[in-house]
Amino acid sequence: MHEPYYDVVTIGGGPAGMAAALGAREAGADKVLILERDRELGGILQQCIHNGFGLRRFQAELTGPGYAHRYIEMVEKAGIDVWLDTTVLATAPGGAVSCVSPTGGPQTVRAGAVVYAMGCRERTRGAIRIPGSRPAGVFTAGAAQRMVNMEGYLPGHDVVIIGSGDIGLIMARRMTLEGARVRAVFEIMPYSNGLTRNIVQCLNDFSIPLYLSHSVVAVHGHDRVTGVTVAQVDSHFAPVPGTEFELPCDCVLLSVGLIPENELTRSAGIHMDSVTGGAVVDQFRQTSAQGFFAAGNVLHVHDLVDWVSREAETAGQSAARFAHGALGGTGGALAVSAGAGVRTVVPQRLVPPTGDEKSVRFYFRATQPLQPAILALHADDNVVWQRRLRVVKPSEMVVADIQVATLFQGAENLTFTISPATE
Amino acid sequence: MGGTEAWSVPPRADVVVIGGGIVGAAIARELSRYQLSVVVLEKAPDVAAGTSKANSGILHAGFDAEPGSWKARLNVRGSQIYAQIAEDLGIPRRVIGSLVVAQNADEMVTLEALRQRGISNGVVGLAIWDRDQVLAHEPHVSPEIAGALWAPSAAVVCPFLATAGFAENAVRNGVQIVTECPVTAVETEAGAVVAVMTPRGRIETRHVVNAAGVFSGHVSRMAGDDSFSITPRKGEYILFDKAVSHLANSVLFPTPDKISKGILVSPTVHGNIFIGPNASPVEDPEDQETTPEGLAAIVAGAQRIVPDLPVQAAITEFAGLRAVAGKDFVIGPSPMVKGLVHAAGIQSPGLTSAPAIAEVIVESLRDTGLVLRPRPEFNPTNPKRPKFIEQPVDVQAALIAENPLYGRVICRCETITEAEIVAAIRAPGGARTLDGVKRRVRPGCGRCQGGFCGPRVTAILARELGIAVTEVRKDSAGSRLFFPRSQGAVGENEHA
Amino acid sequence: MASEIHPILCIGCPSGCGGEVVVEDGKVTEMRGFTCDKGKAYAAEEVVAPRRMVTTTVRVRGGGLPLLPVVSEQPVPKDRVLDCVSQLRAVELTAPIAAGDVVVPDLLGLGIRFVASRSIGAAGEGYPL
Repeated sequence: MHEPYYDVVTIGGGPAGMAAALGAREAGADKVLILERDRELGGILQQCIHNGFGLRRFQAELTGPGYAHRYIEMVEKAGIDVWLDTTVLATAPGGAVSCVSPTGGPQTVRAGAVVYAMGCRERTRGAIRIPGSRPAGVFTAGAAQRMVNMEGYLPGHDVVIIGSGDIGLIMARRMTLEGARVRAVFEIMPYSNGLTRNIVQCLNDFSIPLYLSHSVVAVHGHDRVTGVTVAQVDSHFAPVPGTEFELPCDCVLLSVGLIPENELTRSAGIHMDSVTGGAVVDQFRQTSAQGFFAAGNVLHVHDLVDWVSREAETAGQSAARFAHGALGGTGGALAVSAGAGVRTVVPQRLVPPTGDEKSVRFYFRATQPLQPAILALHADDNVVWQRRLRVVKPSEMVVADIQVATLFQGAENLTFTISPATE
Repeated sequence: MGGTEAWSVPPRADVVVIGGGIVGAAIARELSRYQLSVVVLEKAPDVAAGTSKANSGILHAGFDAEPGSWKARLNVRGSQIYAQIAEDLGIPRRVIGSLVVAQNADEMVTLEALRQRGISNGVVGLAIWDRDQVLAHEPHVSPEIAGALWAPSAAVVCPFLATAGFAENAVRNGVQIVTECPVTAVETEAGAVVAVMTPRGRIETRHVVNAAGVFSGHVSRMAGDDSFSITPRKGEYILFDKAVSHLANSVLFPTPDKISKGILVSPTVHGNIFIGPNASPVEDPEDQETTPEGLAAIVAGAQRIVPDLPVQAAITEFAGLRAVAGKDFVIGPSPMVKGLVHAAGIQSPGLTSAPAIAEVIVESLRDTGLVLRPRPEFNPTNPKRPKFIEQPVDVQAALIAENPLYGRVICRCETITEAEIVAAIRAPGGARTLDGVKRRVRPGCGRCQGGFCGPRVTAILARELGIAVTEVRKDSAGSRLFFPRSQGAVGENEHA
Repeated sequence: MASEIHPILCIGCPSGCGGEVVVEDGKVTEMRGFTCDKGKAYAAEEVVAPRRMVTTTVRVRGGGLPLLPVVSEQPVPKDRVLDCVSQLRAVELTAPIAAGDVVVPDLLGLGIRFVASRSIGAAGEGYPL
């Protein structure tokens, strides 16, 4: 069977896949292919019809489809091949990508380098174990968003939202605008997991209450949801007896976190970070498997698409360089760890710089809200870099560019910490 | 099956089977070997809606039950004949063996008693293993244990697919299964059954099989037989991600107490593992709610066997009801009503026993006057439906060439194609609901629990059934998933 | 008239900054805590005449998709957001539509245009959803 060759293949045609493909093209890759399982490019952006995308990337406030549209036009102009309605089943060492589609059947593509850009999926009811019955009317917020914004159906008229993730907040507004009643948003943590701007314009604007440190302890209803029981939780997230109350509703939307979708990565035996849920990568976004890169939400869940695009561009450029033999493998890496106050850091490894780059961009998530805070880099036992942060929230990614000269001073271990700063 | 056919009942039938669970379906399929008109009445929208869909899915070896009881005889017989049945009906089945784990010397004594009982029941291959033998086979079992009873013949199946397999074969052989058709009365004359009433009409019949699960006591009393009653006993379960399926290679039981076989850790036939069930009596025969206490209890129980069980790897939890009539099954002719035959009070090991129960019930019907003439055209097999992802590439290519929908993956977690979903809807007695599709071909059973594929399967159901998306249901009549988007002004809706 | 202090969380960008706006006799007299000019401008407007960008969908006939996402070109007075969405719900377009096409040139006399967020081609692709 004929196996077509591409310098770079991206698995996924969402914001990460498109930006990676464009990055690869810019870095000189001749033949670039995007494999996308949906009927069109754009990924999750196509259902995110609200605005607020692209302030950093395009210095404009775009909608999700608007942001996707700009990238789709760039992909078309750049002469990148796109296979839609195509699902990747496996990747193998050496760059064999097995995929399947209704028109092409099963096929294997040979790639000089591969960029994983499959995005993420939503955590479900099962993952957070809400007891009760299993009636119709319980949806993840993203599934509901697709039905409302792309197919034109409503998941209910009287809504309770569990979790204060951004999609849940956005859906609170959307459902209200669609004529539904949104009773409340319940967040088990003592702080919100969404962006402040979404709390203001999606909840406060419509007087939708946000209950922090509250959990839905039961879902009721036999055929369709009829209501939920809610309770306050203590500092160990256990329901406080006597605080339970019931709320009627015909729909429960879950916005309780996102999980990188790494079936392909895992089955390829790639080294994973158990906290981010994505692969362990170096500053070029190369994974533990040579020639396999990862970027965007498949690597770690972002809150801004602008950062996804930037990161994926880096991954795509690196993939092109690898395909041309201009980027080395994964050896000689320096470990970067998340220390006190840091939940995740990406990249988790640094390979020796190739000479072109001046700085490395790091992405962090904090373990808890702090105001103000100090982000510090410890090389072995010495603090070699620090920055004061006005405010730190677990829901908002912290981004820092650090000079190559600062990073490569001969230390064996690099550790980042986030600690409280004095006013 | 056309829509009108499914919505009407025939005016008369040789046998009416009440209940479309594993027992009713197995009996219907057994009856379809003969020249008879057989109707199965199921009140839910699909087969296996009650006990049959939410249980451990284990084909037990048969050492638990009291020698001489129905449970003991039918369990061992069922366990023996399942291999051929699973092959004929396309029921996925894996023989993985079971271990009853003893925590101490006292429990080791119980294991020896179980072994002896198993030998009396005719179970072969039983052996007592010491701690090291157990840990060699099951490295994740607690090193604190004393030993275990090994039963090599224990197997796992998907209880829903087992029921659907029997039901499909029954329909292929002429049985009519009418869903969403509860029985409202069993009419008798001079102490003998003459008809069954439903909201869709009356069926004249002289033979009624009561396979109504947790409702079998209710059905019996409808006919005037109050010789037994049913206490529903709830069991809760947690299902885990395939990423942790290495934690158990075989079915792991604790040493049993008097009430149940205890909380177990077991692989499923699909390669996940689950834990459960607890056992709590409930009043409501529809109560399938999981509870915080119940879930905590099964986690604690399971961790006695596998201490490192990662609770965060749970993907879903569910509850099912056992139909408990007493210590044993209620099998055979009613002592009070002629023409009524019970297959009632079927709790564990009901799944294992079902095909053997079917044999006994058919003999009961013969004894009560039903004439059984073999039907030469009886076909014992269901057509094979290939699972796309399990095929070699050349077969995959051929499947897609024949039907391009094999090339479109709808469920990412389990790699299920649109062609497989369409086939499950179009099969005799096929899926009519989102849960029906999920139970047959498993989109929505993976770690995303339908988050991605749910809307897509909904659209496929609407297209295949020729209905609007807003008419597609999760399961029961009141369980529609989506509503039309309002086209009027917002103010016309009740707005907070 | 006594001065009022309004705590304001800025929605201008994802940083989530905030501050306080002091208003006396309907006029902003003092701003505390905002970190950029854009935030100050937002906060000043927010206490007097709040505005929001509006996004929703309109129905499409003959397209590959049944709904077109649309967006206001400028922010709409906050108290008219629901009216705008309500009006747009009655709009139906025919494919093909190009990103940026004007959907409604002046909604509710607000002088604000609503435009298509994306392109939608004519029907023909056979994907089930």
